[in-house]
Amino acid sequence: MIATESLSKRFPRVTALDRLSVDVGPGVTGLVGANGAGKSTLIKILLGLSPATEGRAEVLGLDVATKGGAIRERVGYMPEHDCLPPDVSATEFVVHMARMSGLPPAAARERTADTLRHVGLYEERYRPIGGYSTGMKQRVKLAQALVHDPQLVFLDEPTNGLDPVGRDEMLGLIRRIHTDFGISVLVTSHLLGELERTCDHVVVIDGGKLLRSSSTTDFTQTTTTLAIEVTDTDAHPDGTRAVREALHTRGVEVHEGSGLPGAGHILLLTAQGEETYDLVRDVVADLGLGLVRMEQRRHHISEVFKDSDEQQQRKEAVGHGS
Amino acid sequence: MAVEQPLQVSPSGEQTRIHNIGYRTYDGPRLGRAYARRSLYSQSLRGAYGLGRSVKSKVLPMLLFVVMCVPAAIMVAVAVATKAKDLPVDYTRYAIIMQAVISLYVASQAPQSVSRDLRFKTVPLYFSRPIETADYVRAKYAALASAMFILTAAPLLVLYVGALLAKLDFADHTKGFAQGLVSVALLSLLFAGLGLVIASVTPRRGFGIAAVIAVLTISYGAVSTLQAIADAQSLGDGQGSAGAITWIGLFSPVTLIDGLQSAFLGAKSAFPGGVGPTNGEGVVYVLVTLGLIAAAYGLLMRRYRKVGL
Ligand SMILES: Nc1ncnc2c1ncn2[C@@H]1O[C@H](COP(=O)(O)OP(=O)(O)OP(=O)(O)O)[C@@H](O)[C@H]1O
Ligand SMILES: [Mg+2]
Repeated sequence: MIATESLSKRFPRVTALDRLSVDVGPGVTGLVGANGAGKSTLIKILLGLSPATEGRAEVLGLDVATKGGAIRERVGYMPEHDCLPPDVSATEFVVHMARMSGLPPAAARERTADTLRHVGLYEERYRPIGGYSTGMKQRVKLAQALVHDPQLVFLDEPTNGLDPVGRDEMLGLIRRIHTDFGISVLVTSHLLGELERTCDHVVVIDGGKLLRSSSTTDFTQTTTTLAIEVTDTDAHPDGTRAVREALHTRGVEVHEGSGLPGAGHILLLTAQGEETYDLVRDVVADLGLGLVRMEQRRHHISEVFKDSDEQQQRKEAVGHGS
Repeated sequence: MAVEQPLQVSPSGEQTRIHNIGYRTYDGPRLGRAYARRSLYSQSLRGAYGLGRSVKSKVLPMLLFVVMCVPAAIMVAVAVATKAKDLPVDYTRYAIIMQAVISLYVASQAPQSVSRDLRFKTVPLYFSRPIETADYVRAKYAALASAMFILTAAPLLVLYVGALLAKLDFADHTKGFAQGLVSVALLSLLFAGLGLVIASVTPRRGFGIAAVIAVLTISYGAVSTLQAIADAQSLGDGQGSAGAITWIGLFSPVTLIDGLQSAFLGAKSAFPGGVGPTNGEGVVYVLVTLGLIAAAYGLLMRRYRKVGL
């Protein structure tokens, strides 16, 4: 679908992409990186809108430097920023954008109605966009990227500004773009946690450099990591240690969550299923401690960021905690 | 796990089936760049009269259109009723008289056409599709120029039809009407170009409107004043300074069209003293007009090449 070869983009002051070589196949691919990592810059180059300083890139087998027009006919793009005029309805806007992609008027109307329904906009689609919630606006932005039935869509931070429920709905929708619509997806985010649930493959970049490119199927065992935090009591001045020892005697391997906020008080253990939750609850209760938190963390998040910098690690932890 | 699986598969399987029925792929034609450019043209042209937009945005352009046509209708009615031998105004003069309305129209609609796309950052969406800078600029320019041509040619059509109804001289009026159309076509291109260049600099619509009005009225005011002074001086010292009046006229869009049409399109000049440019001077008027139109196009191209994404 996408292939880049030592792709670089240098602005007068910053190097946005630094000899990036990456291959992306069909399916849903996540592009993860902190702010300024170069995600949006990469998408602009892949759309043929911004020339690379050096290196080359292909999208759907077409060279971005020479075949920009042909690429843009076959891909869709959802920008990270607002891009909707407030004084027209979603229907009018998406019909217009469909025609800008070359769809004849009747087809543009028909596909607009279909696409808006698929992204979950119903009666409200006849109202001016200015009155929409952030979630609805994101759906309109997504609809205009899908309306011409592209082979591939670039979604730049589609979950930006959404609350947890809206975020989950958007992620579900992104998954369906591939499974139900048969359209491949490149989606960016600065939160690895949300993408690894949705994507088949995750590419992590930092400072324009490739940090990691791996398939999420490598990790998607149902084993999850549990993070637990307990209170201290007079009987157990170091509650964390008491729990660790108690669990250890029951054959559960526990390690400390270093690099996380409040590290040292957080224990990480591998959950094998319902039993593990019950076990933890019982152990903590037996010791007479209070359970401050017990939450699921995906197994490999910390692993991916092991070679990354601390700042990102913290961001990921925050993102996942919400 | 193994026990749970059948339970999980059936609902999710059903869901998938429902969605599969829902989603249809598109195998029809994709009409490409030229079609997209035409679509953008017609959407922008309709938009210039508020069509396809809110009721509120229809009010001003429609009102200005009516204001443009009503005087022509009255003139025609009077001419028919009184069996006059000619219309009270030349075809070429009408737009000059109504210049305030025309200026107001371009000042309100040029920002409407381009500032909105900049302000709401819709431009990147256009350029993420097959169309390119040149397509966007041409479509927008052509649309606004067409909208202005409709605005300025409609009252001429009213006058012409009225003249025919009043059984005035056919050859005379057909020629006058044709000359009027050429004149307002040039005026439309010139005004639309200037309006778009000014509006495309700012995403703020209010600024755009004010800037366009300021450029059109201040230039016209300054030029007319200087021409009047030159005219008074020439009367005072008895020397002909018609030359000065002519050259000053190059510096505002309205007087540019006025001079051009009095040199080549049989118009009586609205310059002080009624002396328009000679044919030789008129050539300069034509060149300046065409040069400005070309410059406007070039500046717009430059502006949007930079916008990119
Ligand atoms: N047009 C430009 N001129 C100069 N520098 C730019 C330009 N566009 C991007 N940059 C810089 O390139 C770097 C990468 O930017 P980019 O927008 O690709 O990051 P990003 O990963 O999309 O970040 P975010 O999560 O904030 O969207 C940043 O340091 C940014 O300041
Ligand atoms: Mg970005």
